[in-house]
Amino acid sequence: MLFNNHFSVLLIVLPLMAAPICVILRNPKASWLVALISNLIIVLLSLSLLSHVLNGNVVRYELGGWAAPTGIEYYIDGINAVLISIVSIISLVTLIYSKQSIRKEIATPRHYLFYAGWLLCLTGLLGILITGDAFNVFVFLEISSLSMYMLIALGSERRQALVASFRYLILGSIGASFILLGIGFLYAATGTLNMSDIAERLPLVNNSRTVIVGFSFITIGLFIKTAMFPVFSWLPNAYQFAPSAVSAFLAGTATKVSLYIFLRFFYHIFGTDYSFGNLLLGDVLLPLAVIGFFVMSVVAIFQTDIRRVLAYSSIAQIGYIFAAISMATEQGLTAGIIHIINHAFIKTALFISVGCILYRYGTANINQLNGIIKTMPWTCAAFIVAGFSLIGVPLTAGFVSKWYLVSAAIDSGWWLIAVMILTSSLMAIIYIGRIVEVFCFKTGDATNSLKVKEAPFSMLLPLWFLIIVSVYTGINGDVVVDMAKFSATQLLDSLPSLSNSIGNPL
Amino acid sequence: MSELFSTPIHPLIFFLLGAILIAVLPATKDKIASIITVIIPVVSFISLLQWQQGSFGFYQLLGLELTLLKIDGLSLLFAYLFHLAAFIAGIYAFHINDRLQQAASLLYVGSALGAVFAGDWITLFIFWELLALTSVMLILSRRTQASYRSSIRYFIIQVLSGVLLFSGALMIAHQAGTPSITALVLNTDILSINTGYDVAIWLIFIAYGIKCGFPLFHSWVADAYPQATPTGAIFLISITTKVAIYALARSFAGTDFLVTIGLVMSCFPIIFAIIENDLRRVLAYSIISQIGFMICAIGIGTEMAINGAVATAFNHVIYKSLLMMSMGAVLLRVGHVDGSHLGGLYKSMPKTAIFSIIGALSISTPLFAGFVSKAIIMSEMLKAGHIIGWLLLLAAAAGVFLASGIKAPYFAFFAKDSGLRVKEAPTNMLFAMTIAAVLCLVIGIFPSTLYSILPYPIDYSPYDVTHVVTQLQLLFFSTFAFVWLSRKNWYPSELRSTNLDIDWFYRKLFPKAWMKVCQFSHLSHQCFVLLSTKVLNNVVMSLAKYSRPDALLGRAWSINGMLLSLLCVLLFVLFFNYSQ
Repeated sequence: MLFNNHFSVLLIVLPLMAAPICVILRNPKASWLVALISNLIIVLLSLSLLSHVLNGNVVRYELGGWAAPTGIEYYIDGINAVLISIVSIISLVTLIYSKQSIRKEIATPRHYLFYAGWLLCLTGLLGILITGDAFNVFVFLEISSLSMYMLIALGSERRQALVASFRYLILGSIGASFILLGIGFLYAATGTLNMSDIAERLPLVNNSRTVIVGFSFITIGLFIKTAMFPVFSWLPNAYQFAPSAVSAFLAGTATKVSLYIFLRFFYHIFGTDYSFGNLLLGDVLLPLAVIGFFVMSVVAIFQTDIRRVLAYSSIAQIGYIFAAISMATEQGLTAGIIHIINHAFIKTALFISVGCILYRYGTANINQLNGIIKTMPWTCAAFIVAGFSLIGVPLTAGFVSKWYLVSAAIDSGWWLIAVMILTSSLMAIIYIGRIVEVFCFKTGDATNSLKVKEAPFSMLLPLWFLIIVSVYTGINGDVVVDMAKFSATQLLDSLPSLSNSIGNPL
Repeated sequence: MSELFSTPIHPLIFFLLGAILIAVLPATKDKIASIITVIIPVVSFISLLQWQQGSFGFYQLLGLELTLLKIDGLSLLFAYLFHLAAFIAGIYAFHINDRLQQAASLLYVGSALGAVFAGDWITLFIFWELLALTSVMLILSRRTQASYRSSIRYFIIQVLSGVLLFSGALMIAHQAGTPSITALVLNTDILSINTGYDVAIWLIFIAYGIKCGFPLFHSWVADAYPQATPTGAIFLISITTKVAIYALARSFAGTDFLVTIGLVMSCFPIIFAIIENDLRRVLAYSIISQIGFMICAIGIGTEMAINGAVATAFNHVIYKSLLMMSMGAVLLRVGHVDGSHLGGLYKSMPKTAIFSIIGALSISTPLFAGFVSKAIIMSEMLKAGHIIGWLLLLAAAAGVFLASGIKAPYFAFFAKDSGLRVKEAPTNMLFAMTIAAVLCLVIGIFPSTLYSILPYPIDYSPYDVTHVVTQLQLLFFSTFAFVWLSRKNWYPSELRSTNLDIDWFYRKLFPKAWMKVCQFSHLSHQCFVLLSTKVLNNVVMSLAKYSRPDALLGRAWSINGMLLSLLCVLLFVLFFNYSQ
């Protein structure tokens, strides 16, 4: 594939420029088109970047031609190339879906703001993924978070959406402050903000209190941003009351990008030995992760709004990923990355299908959707397939994830954890099965209104695209697995290969 | 054969295609959907006949070398059986007009075929779970509250079995380096288990055990089968447990422990069958008992015994389907199958009555199918030196015959006339029953037809001196009963044949003890069910207390609450990092 080093900066500049264009145009259709076209280009760029990186190259791009420790550097290896592609693809898919869905959820005069916010959010997410500068991470994190607060506040149930957004704003800002403080401490200890540079100098100051405090603060900040148990409480309401397209986009990308920061900091910058050896990050993560996936799966069972079921299930899935990460082995890391990728597609598909139901029925309350498979067969079928994937039924992407999770746990000798992962996936059967049962087997009010039609094609197309991707990666798991393995080895080995590439600025 | 047949077409493909066709057919073409359910097994069977033994369809999944198709005598026989069962059940279900059920039953058969041809545990697991998923649809399709509850219980048990199989398979694949299905040695000395490998074997053993209804795991059989649709039940009884029997025969042939399990299984359900009123549940209990026979044979593990187990499985599918089909016809026409509210139906459903009698006789009467296969198991029991086991099986054979073979047809079609006057079963049902009945007779009279397709070479005739003697003993037993009862003038009326008298004699001879056992087992069963539901209920209620949308964990916390939780995490993290 064609590749140019400047592609990496284009990924950021393009959506950043497109956002004000949307505001200037003020026309819903035109701004949608601008967003769509820029997003399409971003997808192409990111795929070219991905194939370049998967060939074994590491992209290092000096922004504005300023050499690394002084200027900002973009640093792209396996893990962020993969995630950049996924974020941009999911953004494109949900953007196509959003055109119809926001018609019913957002007043037309605000549509251009929605697209502008969307593009800014995309800029922020891609920026976090692409940059090799610790402070730059914080800046992009704020760009994405602020636009997210705004997107969530656009939700159709105005009052609750505003409150949800405000709560997220408070907790998100606290999280971001912790991250900023942490980065500040690291800067104080090492005198540099470039990630590779910090990584190189940290071993010299490892034992200083400054570094330990920085480490702890970044951990806390990222717990909030990833909605780790027990600081998850901002998430369910945000996902429930945001416009459905925003829920779909955020569920697939926002927490995943924060997880990326987590991986980057604790595996790459601090180094596996330091994070999981000197400091006991694994011991902090594992109990929270296990309690998280158990408790949140139980809570998901008892929810009545499908969006809330999915939100709690998302927190549980984050628990799986953290459990895998806390193993600090190559298999564990691979399993975590696989689940990050697969879950992004699955959850987006689930939220989109709920959005389709919302579009036609105006409710996602499980008690009012009896037998809707009769009126919306394609939507319900998609929900069922994606739901099976969430459970981990064989031949779906979720199965591949579960397989690697359990294998990794067994390889680490964590039999109990392996059993717990399998047991808690039984709970997923209950909360998904409950919804499927209502869709397919209950008869009631919803079936009476046969005049309700299937969701429009422009909403079904992105939905089924995601379903096909998730089934394909379930049958031919090697695509995702190979990428994850590649990324994981690179994350674990990256330290030694870096040390000579950066000059010493001191 | 030409290149075309060098790689066999996986039968699942046919069944999958059929299911998709049924799903997308326009709503008006109901007949076509029914035709598809009958045609698909035939087409797939014809393609099966072209096969040669060997392994095909290797594929890589998750870094493991997997085999989709491992064809040998054992798997082929089960494949033939499932095709036959699907064909008969397809005809039996020809009249229904329920796309979900039709598609699910095709997929169900397809996944059973996938399971018997699986060359490794991972493939087996995949189809194992598909079986659970598709079969639960057949129960849900009845669309009653009771069937819904029962299907949930069924599904959880089946998935549990899958999870155990998966864990075991994973552990074995890690230890042995390959997930291929091999014979396993069960370490029955529980105290000496200290390796993961032994644990893994136990996990797989229990997974299989759940699927074929080992004692204590058997409740789903009696719970779910009677709740299935009349037509779905035929598919269900033919397949799930037989897949487990196949899997046991593959991996655990010759495990002594199985003989004990098999004996318990063949005897205890008779108690439940006798006290049960729902006639389809009576049949479900007798299924468990019959599976006990097969498991005994697998436990003996000689080639001949495996032949016996497989032949019994084959016959059992045919005659139990026949019985179940006759009860299904009653259910369709009357609306229930409660023994206490039926009777005298032979007047309005004479053909169905005759078929159900043939089905009952086929359980173990000479000249009918069941006898020729059970005879093999019996003689192998003797050869292996299990005299007591042999006696128990003999008693169980008679017991099952009394408790279900006679009871079900008797209460439905004869007994006291309930005054019910209904139509005879639909033609397609009668046709399906005819096929099964003819097969019962053909196999019973010409056993070599069945023997020729058994996986191991067989040189055996069921009609030789030993078995004629055994058979004479049974005959003598019933004749004695008959004469004695006639002399005492306790024989109620001429019309009611010997059935009732044997039944009655049985109860008269051990009246007190028998009733005590019945009551006690029934009571303890009830207590257990009550207790477990109560405990489960309490657990669920207390979980719900904290998880509902308006409860502690389910609602959105106040900002103070969120900050409090944050503070806790902060302390937690700092504690760990500073304790260094």
